[in-house]
This record gives sequence, structure tokens and C-alpha cells, in this order.
Amino acid sequence: MSAVAKDLTHSREAVELRPNLYWIGAMDPHLRSFDIILKTANGTTYNSYLVRGSEGVAVIDTVKESFQQEFFSRLEGVADYAEIRYIVLNHLEPDHSGALPELMRRAPQAQLYISVRATSMLKALLKPKQGAFDYTPVRDGDQLSLGDRTLRFLHTPFLHWPDTQCTYLVEEKALFSGDVFGCHYCDNRLFNDKVGDFRFSFDYYYAHIMRPFKKYVLAALKQIEPLPLTLVAPAHGPILRDRPRRYVARYRELSSPGFMAEMTEQERSLIIFYMSAYGSTARMAQAIYGGADEVDGVRVSLYDLEGGEVGPFVDLIEQADAIAFGSPTINGDAVKPIWDLLSSLAVINLSDKVGAAFGSYGWSGEAIRMIEDRLRGLKMRVPEGGMRVKLIPTEEELAECREFGRRIAGALVGEGESKGKVIEFEDL
Amino acid sequence: MPKAKVTFKDIDTTVNVPAGTRVIEVSEKVGSGIIYGCREGDCGTCMMEVLEGWNNLTEPSVLEEKVLKENMAGRHHRLACQCQVLGDLTVKPA
Repeated sequence: MSAVAKDLTHSREAVELRPNLYWIGAMDPHLRSFDIILKTANGTTYNSYLVRGSEGVAVIDTVKESFQQEFFSRLEGVADYAEIRYIVLNHLEPDHSGALPELMRRAPQAQLYISVRATSMLKALLKPKQGAFDYTPVRDGDQLSLGDRTLRFLHTPFLHWPDTQCTYLVEEKALFSGDVFGCHYCDNRLFNDKVGDFRFSFDYYYAHIMRPFKKYVLAALKQIEPLPLTLVAPAHGPILRDRPRRYVARYRELSSPGFMAEMTEQERSLIIFYMSAYGSTARMAQAIYGGADEVDGVRVSLYDLEGGEVGPFVDLIEQADAIAFGSPTINGDAVKPIWDLLSSLAVINLSDKVGAAFGSYGWSGEAIRMIEDRLRGLKMRVPEGGMRVKLIPTEEELAECREFGRRIAGALVGEGESKGKVIEFEDL
Repeated sequence: MPKAKVTFKDIDTTVNVPAGTRVIEVSEKVGSGIIYGCREGDCGTCMMEVLEGWNNLTEPSVLEEKVLKENMAGRHHRLACQCQVLGDLTVKPA
């Protein structure tokens, strides 16, 4: 195994991973944020790999367009363009497909292999200026022979785009995993047993890229875990050659609920978050809390957003079954802490959750509808129309709030509201 | 105007709708778990499974056919944002 001492940001040589298997990617040490959503304290790498078999060469993934010269220089050091028979893209995001048009121009005989779900993205990314590309869509288990070596495709959608797949080099027990098991960490030493401490980057990448897709991570792990693995070669960050299974195991840990709430499997949870200027929305929150708490099998929590931070609340929401947000309407809008929380939920999956909104208002109470629209936009179900109270709630209105809480909690345990119900469209 | 019954299996709720109504116009209001992305037949997020009455929806457009194919949809899968109700049917989120 070659120890990499040379400065890869300046050297343009390919790095041998195994005989006839090379890293031909690019280093981007100066990048400080990625895709807007991630900070990259020490840059990233765009990993591309070249596999030589007895009957041809395959290139797996490319690099960001602005780094293509580095990629082509490395490629030219280990293969001629005329030898390239196959190009495999595990994921079509531009940081991996950027050099594809030029690669296909230089190696026009090469056949492109992408996942079935990548076809529409290929067209959208390459646009008419590139003309029509010939490509072969592949499905789970499809194989590609390089003579004495075999590439097998694993269908692993939504990690983190619909198109994503992994490619397994059977004879080497090597998995080219695309963004899975990747991280933004740029280090000349390239291999996990040589680079600096990248644990934070690995977990941070998971938290921002993979976390919304935990369900799909678990499905992919079912396919990956049984594979013999001696090398995991992701599309970003260190190449995992030393105990690669540690990183597979870490994905399982990160995708499984950790510190579980004190609840039985049958119980459902409702969390109520609120902000209040003069205490009216707070009183509504208390009443909703009280009403919901009367429903057996529902664990209710109440949080004043003023006394908390967004990050831990996101963690709570991820494991909750229902979330209610209370905000006063101030200047025709919900208040900023509510939006701060609601704009921080893209990292978790909310699609099976119930949402609700409530709040006190002075004139028109727009906040409630705006929150509900946001909840629907986040793909939550909003079965109960929001609860609005003008200024200070009366005892009757607080009783309505209690009933509102009871109905939301009831919906979680399948009570009443809609079993076998027939509704007229006009009444909706 | 002719009416049709749309049953959302996931919440066990039926809505009487005028024929020609799009499923998207009903499912969110009633609280079904069918979720929407672009709402214009492009992203495939709102794919639903038609359990009964699959002939009681308008034929898929070329656009819908394309998206269904790209998402490897089954024979009775449709996009809730695209198809219109013609007769009784039962659906659930795909």
C-alpha cells in the first residue's frame, strides 16, 4: 500500500490504491462552504477513481468542473483516453459530474452508466449545449465486466439525491460509495489511517447531508453490510482503507435513534413550542398542553422558545409524532424565533408527523395561517385548523384550546376524528 | 354536477367531490398523508397508490407518464397533483 507523502494540491499524479486501481480526483483545500448548507473548515476533495481490468478501463465519478484539469492530468498519468470503455456516475450533482462533458469529448467511445433515476437529471444538468448523450441506465444488481474485474451496482436512492447509487468492485472487495461515507475534509495524505482527525467532518457531513434520509440510509446499509469490504472509496474526503466497517457501523449508529425518550412503543409524543409577548399565547399553550395531556397514550412536552436553542429542539422534533407551534402575530407575521426553528428543519424528515399552529393576535392574526403553510410545505399533516384568539383569551377560549389540544393528541392515537368519516367537498 | 367518492385509506376518510376535482385539491384539506413537492407534475413527490377505481381517474398526460416512468412507478401509481377524479376511488400515499 503506497504511503502518500507528496503534496497532492500541487502534484498531478494519480494515487495507487491497489494494483490497477487509482484515485484520480482533485483537492479543493480552500473551499469554506459547500452547497450553502455546510461549512468546510479545511476544504474538500472530489474523489474520482480509475479501475483497469483485462478488457478495459472504467472511470468512476468525475470532479467539479473548475477542477477538471487536475483530474485529467491524473487520469492521463495512468490511462489513455482511448482505453476508457466505461464511465460510471454514482451521483450526478455537479461536483461529481462537472468534468463529464469534457471527459466524454475526450473519450467518445466510452459508455456512460448511471442509475435509472439519474436519467432526468442527466438531461437537466447537461442541457442542450452538450447535445444528446448515449447512456445506459442500470438497476440494482446489474454488473459490468472489465474482463478479470467486475463492477456491480447497488441501488441506494436518496443518499442524498434520488439518483444515488454505489458501485462495488467485486474482486477487490471495494465499494465506491458516492457521497455515502464521505465528508468534506481535504488532506494530502488521503487515507483514513494517515489523515488528521476527521471524525467531526464525517459526523457533520452525515448530519447535514444524510440525516433527512435516515430511512434510506438504513435500507442501503442492509445491502452494504453483508458485502465483504476491504476498501470504501467515497466521493469526498478520506479513502477508508483501514477498518472500513467502522464507518459503515457509524452510519448505522447515526441512523438509529440514540438517547430515546422515556416512552413505550405504543405511546405517541406531542411537543408544543411557543413564544409569547404578553402571556396570551403562553396561556393558550398551557391550555393546549392540559387538554392533550388528558389523552391516554400521548406524552406531551411544553417548551417556551425564548428559553431554548434551535439545535436541540430540532433533535426533539425529529423524534416527535406531532408538533404544535404557538406564535403571536406581530406586524402581520409570526415572530422570528418561530421562523428560526421552522427554517432549521430541512435536516430531518417530517413527512409522517402532525403539525398544528396557534396564537393570540391583535388585529388579523396572519401568523397562524403562515405557520400552517410552512408546516404543509415541510410535508407535515395539518389535520386541525389553527387556533386563534384575539388578544387575551377568555375562559371559554381557553376551554376551546384544551379541546384543540385534546383533538391533536387524539388524532395521534387514532381517536375519533376521521375513522370512516364522509365529508362533503364544500365543507372542507 | 356528477359527484364521486374519494376515499383516503390512510386516514379512513371519504370525501364527496364534484367530478373533475384534482386529488390535490382534497387530500391536503382532509389531512391525508399524500405529500406534495412542486405541485406541477415534475418532481414525483405526490405519487399515490390507487387501490380501487383506477379507471375512474383521467388518463395520465405525457408529462405525468414521463415522471411516473422515471420514478419506476407501479401500474396503479399516479401523481395526486395531476389526475382528476371521474368516479369513485380509494387511494393512499405510495
